[in-house]
Amino acid sequence: MKADNLLNSNFVRWMAADEGPESDIVVSSRIRLARNLDLIPFSHLLDREDGEKCLKEIEKAWQKSDNKDLLQMELLTFNQLTALERQMLVEKHLISPNHAEFDDSFRGVLANSDGSLVIMINEEDHLRIQCFLPGLQLEECYRQVQKIDDDLEKNLNLAFDDTRGYLTSCPTNVGTGMRASVMLHLPAIVFSGQTNHIFHNIAQLGMTVRGIYGEGTEVVGNFFQLSNQITMGQSEEDIINNLNSITLRVVEQERLIREKLAEDMKYQLEDRVGRAFGILSSARVLNSNEAMALLSDVRLGVDMGLLAKIKPYALNELVVAIRPAHLQKKAGKEMDAFHRDVKRAEVIQERLAKTKG
Amino acid sequence: MYCEECKQRPATVHFTQVYNGKTVETHLCQQCYAQKGGIIFDVAKQLSLPNLLGSFFVSNYNLQDMKSFSQNASCPNCGTTLSDISNTGRLGCSQCYTAFEKELEPTLRRVHGDSRHIGKVPARGGEKVMIKKKIEGLKYQLQKAIAAEEYEKAAEIRDQIKDVEKQLD
Repeated sequence: MKADNLLNSNFVRWMAADEGPESDIVVSSRIRLARNLDLIPFSHLLDREDGEKCLKEIEKAWQKSDNKDLLQMELLTFNQLTALERQMLVEKHLISPNHAEFDDSFRGVLANSDGSLVIMINEEDHLRIQCFLPGLQLEECYRQVQKIDDDLEKNLNLAFDDTRGYLTSCPTNVGTGMRASVMLHLPAIVFSGQTNHIFHNIAQLGMTVRGIYGEGTEVVGNFFQLSNQITMGQSEEDIINNLNSITLRVVEQERLIREKLAEDMKYQLEDRVGRAFGILSSARVLNSNEAMALLSDVRLGVDMGLLAKIKPYALNELVVAIRPAHLQKKAGKEMDAFHRDVKRAEVIQERLAKTKG
Repeated sequence: MYCEECKQRPATVHFTQVYNGKTVETHLCQQCYAQKGGIIFDVAKQLSLPNLLGSFFVSNYNLQDMKSFSQNASCPNCGTTLSDISNTGRLGCSQCYTAFEKELEPTLRRVHGDSRHIGKVPARGGEKVMIKKKIEGLKYQLQKAIAAEEYEKAAEIRDQIKDVEKQLD
């Protein structure tokens, strides 16, 4: 199975830092389109019968399509995956934590092998077509999901209303059904203590800022997810342009503060990066929060050219590889918190030794 | 981090206890914590997005209105009622948008600052939109022709409208 890749390797496409513009600060871009089939109850009301019917319709539209991207995808229904495997998809950011809670045969994903295109089936909406790419590439993400949407729509009766647009289970998504988001690494802005101020301003512009695992998750490792909140009264292009320009402004600020740090606090900065690298290379027990904080420092060092030998994509991989489900998959067994902390230290050491060259 | 008790669900309740100077940390999921007699302050759930949205629905109307809605109004396709929507913050199916059109309007405005979609139109649905717009245009011309007492022209336009309307079926 090609999509097995998503479970067996740590790497997915959005981690390819060298491919994406602004990838020293913008880790990845994502566009998601919410779509539903007309008249079939929305996902949270689906019983087995309606759920199977809904999946069958989607499957038929997928198989009938002549779109190469779609044909290369594979269907993984959640009854085929263990809870741990579903959790791995969450840790790779490919599905939502809510989706992973189910093990129904009519819920799952249609995904390609590098995880750049993943359609969640019967999550909050019948279809959530997503594209993930490294760096700031919202337009390209949109081009790809748009193509898939067009092709699926040829053979699916989508719920659409002239006035309201694409109809979704939650009224916060109706209209374009689109959520555009970027994952940002902002250690210098956090260091400057101005996060709250900046995010407050962003919220005024119809955007939200969250932790890296989406709604209701806390910020770890200085990673933030910035996304549009509004889906009506704005076209897809407007939404993407707005997010793009706000992102570029944030990136500019982050760079300015980084430059200032390099000038005014050269030794403190190099010390912090060096210490982080030292601990990560030799610690034997690392909990998740400590590891994420240190990886953030190392990443800052790499992005500022202080640790030239480490590749940014290796750090993207590590952020996922040290999460509980990935650690347990690698160990091939369930582990308690302490043994995971030991395994985490081991995985980090191994990876850093490998990229040092 | 998984719950120490069931080792299945993520641990979301974390506490530190000190016995005789010895510190013990415990990490449990909500279910196991509740089973052990813990008190759950589920603020996050109470103030989750769907719950907050639901409150929008309720506050748009006074209690009297709500009563008459929940007694009479349900979606003809999926049976969802307005009180279901205000409880969950979710609609039941695409038809709910028509069934509760009036009730939804203020909520959409509050959430999005607007209640019209101006973005992408599906190719198939798009054709329908174009045809509807064409019919509207013809009807306008028909009115004008009648007003100007050009009855022959009006008859022509009427036939055109009939032709175009056939395409909608």
